[in-house]
Amino acid sequence: MSQENLLYSESHEWIKDNGDGTVTIGITDHAQDSLGDIVFVELPDLGDSFEIEDEFGVVESVKAASDLYMPVAGSIVATNSELEDEPEIINEDPYDKGWMIKVKLADAGDLDKLLNLEQYQEVVDAEA
Amino acid sequence: MKKTPLYDEHVALGAKMLDFAGWQMPIRYKTGTNEEHNAVRTSSGLFDVSHMGEITISGPDAAKFLDYACLNTASKLKPGRAQYSMIANDSGGLIDDIFLYQNSENDYLMIANASNIDAVMKHLNELAKDYDVSLIDVSDSWALLALQGPGAAVLLARFVDHDLTKLRRNRKIVTRFNDKVIDLARTGYTGEDGFEILCRPDDVVEIWKTLLEAGAVAAGLAARDSLRLEAGFPLFGHEFNESTNPLCSDYSWVVKDKDFYGREAIWDKPCDKKLVGIVLNERGVCRQGYKIYADDTEIGEVSSGTVSPLTRKSLALAWIDSKYAEEGTEVFISIRDRKLSATITKPPFYG
Repeated sequence: MSQENLLYSESHEWIKDNGDGTVTIGITDHAQDSLGDIVFVELPDLGDSFEIEDEFGVVESVKAASDLYMPVAGSIVATNSELEDEPEIINEDPYDKGWMIKVKLADAGDLDKLLNLEQYQEVVDAEA
Repeated sequence: MKKTPLYDEHVALGAKMLDFAGWQMPIRYKTGTNEEHNAVRTSSGLFDVSHMGEITISGPDAAKFLDYACLNTASKLKPGRAQYSMIANDSGGLIDDIFLYQNSENDYLMIANASNIDAVMKHLNELAKDYDVSLIDVSDSWALLALQGPGAAVLLARFVDHDLTKLRRNRKIVTRFNDKVIDLARTGYTGEDGFEILCRPDDVVEIWKTLLEAGAVAAGLAARDSLRLEAGFPLFGHEFNESTNPLCSDYSWVVKDKDFYGREAIWDKPCDKKLVGIVLNERGVCRQGYKIYADDTEIGEVSSGTVSPLTRKSLALAWIDSKYAEEGTEVFISIRDRKLSATITKPPFYG
C-alpha cells in the first residue's frame, strides 16, 4: 500500500479511494505509534450511517483511548473483524491488514477536503 | 532531566522515552510492550531501573533504627538476606514501600522508589537523630538492572562467578559478572524468577549489552507495569500512598506487631476499604481513576489498570468498600459512559 496514494485526515486517519464509490479507512503509522500496543478496538455496525466528524469508534491502548472520527460522510459496508481478537494488527500493519472500516460515500466531494501525504506530514511535524 | 548511564543504549534501541520522576526512562522499545511483557513470562526480559534510590544504613543502632522506622522486622534479617518493607507516616498511610537488604552486621541497603527518595531520606534523617546510625544516599553510586523470567538464571549463569542454583529468593551476594564486581539479588517485581544486579555506573553499559547479546529482551517501564499488575504487586502512587493502610490489603503481613513510627494511626483501625484485584467480564480497558459501582452506589475507584498481553484479560487493582471486597463479587466499572461488569479476583491474574 503506497502511502503516497492515500488521503489523510487531521485526526490521523488514512483514506483509500477504492474507485467504486467506497473508501477504506484506518489509522496512520504515527497514530499507532503514539498509542503503543493497541488492546481494544470498537468499530461500528454494518449499515450505520455517519456525517463527517461523527465519532464512529474507539481505538485503545493501555496508555490512552482515542476516538475515531469520520473523515467522510457515508454508511458502513464492511468492518475488519480480525481486529476484535487481534487488535495489535493495527500496530503491525496500519495501512494494509490493519484497515478498520469500508464506507459507501454519501458525497464524493468529501474526498476533496482531505489532505495528501505532504499536507498530512505537515500536520504530524506541527504536533511534534 | 536526569539520565541513567544506559540512556544512549535505550535511544539506540529505538526506545520511546518518557519523563518518570525526573528521569528520562524507556517506556518501551521497538519490540513493543506486549512482546516485552511476554518475553519476561516465557524467557527473560532486562530492565534498566537505575533511577531507583539506594540508601545505606549503618552503625551500632542500625537494626534497632530500622525496626522502628520500617514496618517489617529488619532485625530478623541476616547478612545476605532481604525483605519487602514499608515506611509509614504518622497519619495512617505510607511514605514509601521499599526493599531492605542486610549486607553485614550493622550494615544495610535500602532500595526506594525513584519518586520518593528525597521524602524517604528526609524522614529517616529525622528519625535517626535518636539513634547511633549513619544514613547515606548512594543512589548516584549505583546502577541497577533487573533480569526477570524463567530463563534468567540459565542466561545469567554464563557470566557470574557463583552457582546460581544456590542463590535463593530474597538473598543477595557479592560476586563478579565477568570481571566486574556486582551485588546480585534474587529479587524482582514481575512475579517471575529473576535477579536484580547492582553495579558501578561505569560497568552497567557492558553488562547490559552482554545480557542482550545473550538473548535477554530489553523491556521498558510499560511492560514493568503490566507485569507487576498481573502479578498483583502494588505500585506506590497507585495502590499505596500517604493515606492507604497496608493492614487493609493482602500485604498486611509486612506490618509486624512491634513498636514502629506511625503505629498508632495504622494499628487496630477498621478497614472501610480494602485493596482488591478485579477482572473485567466484558471488553474494555480500566484506567486509574475510573469509578466502581455496586448496588447503584459508588464503592471505589481503579488505582491501576491494564490489559494483559499474556492472557488478554482486562485487569485492575482498586480500593473498594470492604462490604464488596469478597472474591467472586460482581461490581461495575464506569468506562467511557458505560458500566462494565467485573469480578473481584485475588491476584495473581495468571498461572
